[in-house]
Amino acid sequence: MADLDAFRAETRAWLEANCPPEMRQPVRDDDDVYWGGRNATFKNDAQRAWFEACRDKGYTVPAWPKEYGGAGLTPPEAKVLREEMARIGARPPLSSFGIWMLGPALLHFGTEQQKLHFLNQIARGEIRWCQGYSEPGSGSDLVSLQTFGEDKGDHWIVNGQKIWTSYADKADWIFCLVRTDKANKYQGITFMLFDMESTGVATKPILLISGNSPFCETFFDDVKVPKSYGDGIPAYVGEINRGWDVAKYLLGHEREMISGADSSERGAGIGATLTRQAGGELDPVLRAELAMFDVDALAFSAMGEKFLDEVKVGKAHPAYSNMMKYAGTELNKRRHELVMSAGGSTALEWDSEETRGGAAPRAWLRTKANSIEGGTSEVMLNVVAKRILELPGA
Amino acid sequence: MPLYHTDDQAMLAETAQQFMGEEGAIAKQLRKWRDQGCKDGFGHDLWKQMAEMGFTGLLVPETDGGLGMGHVEAGIVLEEIGRNLTPSPFLTSSVMAATALASASDEARGRWLPGLVSGESVFAVAIDEGAKHRPERIATRAERSGNGFKLSGKKDFVVHGASADMIVVAARTSGADNDEGGVTLFAVPKDAAGLGHNSVRLVDSSMASHLTLDGVELDGDAVIGEVDGGREVLGRVLDAGRVGAAAEGVGVARGAMDRTVEYLKQRKQFGRLIGEFQALQHRAAHLYSEVEIARAVVIKAQQLLDAGAENASLMASVAKAKVGKAAGLAVKEGVQMHGGIGMTDEYDIGLYMKRDRALAEFMGDVYYHADRVARLSGY
Repeated sequence: MADLDAFRAETRAWLEANCPPEMRQPVRDDDDVYWGGRNATFKNDAQRAWFEACRDKGYTVPAWPKEYGGAGLTPPEAKVLREEMARIGARPPLSSFGIWMLGPALLHFGTEQQKLHFLNQIARGEIRWCQGYSEPGSGSDLVSLQTFGEDKGDHWIVNGQKIWTSYADKADWIFCLVRTDKANKYQGITFMLFDMESTGVATKPILLISGNSPFCETFFDDVKVPKSYGDGIPAYVGEINRGWDVAKYLLGHEREMISGADSSERGAGIGATLTRQAGGELDPVLRAELAMFDVDALAFSAMGEKFLDEVKVGKAHPAYSNMMKYAGTELNKRRHELVMSAGGSTALEWDSEETRGGAAPRAWLRTKANSIEGGTSEVMLNVVAKRILELPGA
Repeated sequence: MPLYHTDDQAMLAETAQQFMGEEGAIAKQLRKWRDQGCKDGFGHDLWKQMAEMGFTGLLVPETDGGLGMGHVEAGIVLEEIGRNLTPSPFLTSSVMAATALASASDEARGRWLPGLVSGESVFAVAIDEGAKHRPERIATRAERSGNGFKLSGKKDFVVHGASADMIVVAARTSGADNDEGGVTLFAVPKDAAGLGHNSVRLVDSSMASHLTLDGVELDGDAVIGEVDGGREVLGRVLDAGRVGAAAEGVGVARGAMDRTVEYLKQRKQFGRLIGEFQALQHRAAHLYSEVEIARAVVIKAQQLLDAGAENASLMASVAKAKVGKAAGLAVKEGVQMHGGIGMTDEYDIGLYMKRDRALAEFMGDVYYHADRVARLSGY
């Protein structure tokens, strides 16, 4: 405990010295988020200074080992850092699918050389990654994917199409599920890594109902993917034809993130805030809805806490993350419906300065994807029914 | 503190599960007493057995002969009581009255607690004064009389009121009916002159009293806590009751859900097990999710209460409201998914629906507690 107290004091002092005041403001728009990558530009000097300080300290990925670009913090230390950053409202120095998705896969399945090569790049924000999972015909039913990599000895020739590839148009590299054996549904998929500038790769943004286009369609036309990037650095994660194991592992991570199990802010009630914003005059029936929502939100936040406690000691059922994803995303959609109702006509404004460019309606529309992305609510319920309740298969 | 049971608590859970599953089972207790039209609505022999197990005095301090444990442990017993629909005065006696008596004088504790711990005594708690729970309003009067008090008024929904050896009564020693201050708690013995019962059987076959207090004379020793300062003790009794009822409600929900899921795996219609139908699978999975969330917030509230945390009372209301929603869903889905057989008296699922209805009302329903969450949150 004394060690942890010392670490907290040290961390507090370091943040005081290194986190510029501009980086302690809430993120307002896409420009405020630094994604790194080959073509990255900084919005201002503060963003650059904050990123570089964190990068040099290993704080872009605090819990990763030092040899892979992290700070090698223990889980309690990482928690202290999160708490101290939250205390001053510090922005994340680097946002990255490399950190959230590919990194955990490499840490778990990668070879030593592969980890040294890719994890350091990710930690230093040198490569911006995107994720190629979904296809037009395979959304929640991922194992039905059709993108095919034909084995040509030392390389594959990849053909097919991906969809919902977040920021594919801005990414440098892709981690991508490719079918490499047509005969086997589950054990015929390989988790490949390749450069988006490879010949034959094309992207096209998809405009969403929120007015944004974070997603793309991504096309592969005879893309040549080598099987190795050097000694001990395979161009795939895990084993050839066993990419489904990697994808499943990562989907667990993603569901946890989307469910908001790790975010206490999302779990808290909103009734008091929305009532205050509305000047204390809400319809009694809306107040009742808010109260019922707050009950569910506070209860869900206890569930999130319990879930993480149980994960730590291996008590959580593997399909618990599906239940969390289901309950968390449905709750988040309800939250934003209430934000819209309490906001009234102000919440309808799409482009005014006061509403930060229609932040509320855009966020409301965005949440509708929560119960679709990472597996739909219906698929989550199927998994809970079959794996936890052990109901019979059809 | 992590939100799961410690090894010791898990052992207690196993013991309670086995005991209640055998001795407290529906056929052996609830149906037996109901079919006999038992005037108590519960069996005193089982209550004594619970004393032998150490359950009755779980929340009583060791210095008073109890086990000095907390609301997490009491909740473990309550969940098994709920799962087996075991009729028992545990919640009113061992949880609520015991919480009140923790603030009583040495004399009062010496008079009442040994009987509770040994299973000889049963206690009730009289708070409500109307069909709906509204403890903010206390109209029952207690006027000073000699070196004691004289109580006048009426109380409703006093569970086990007619069977109780002592009833904890919330009365007003000063101020207007809706005042925060001026409330005092009294330990009223069953033989007090002027105390009248109109005992009625409820939908779940439990017994509750409409209590009349017609100039009931008590001496000063009957006061629990401070005169005029009873809100604080009452608040603790209410929170203990809320969290306790929520724990029992989780047991009811899980009992109903487990039976229903088993039924889905056995019952065939249209040549298939009905559990194969996606429409039912989704509803069962949604129900599971709601019950798990309710369980989580109940443990959270129990731990906060045991720690004396600032937000314990808020979370007690969250727990009671959330369990009200989840358990209500569990019994309604349970009866519906059982189909016609779910409507028969012979089948147990309907008993879960009745118990949930009574428990939902006890110590405030989902609407009362959602409203309280809003008020405590400042809107």
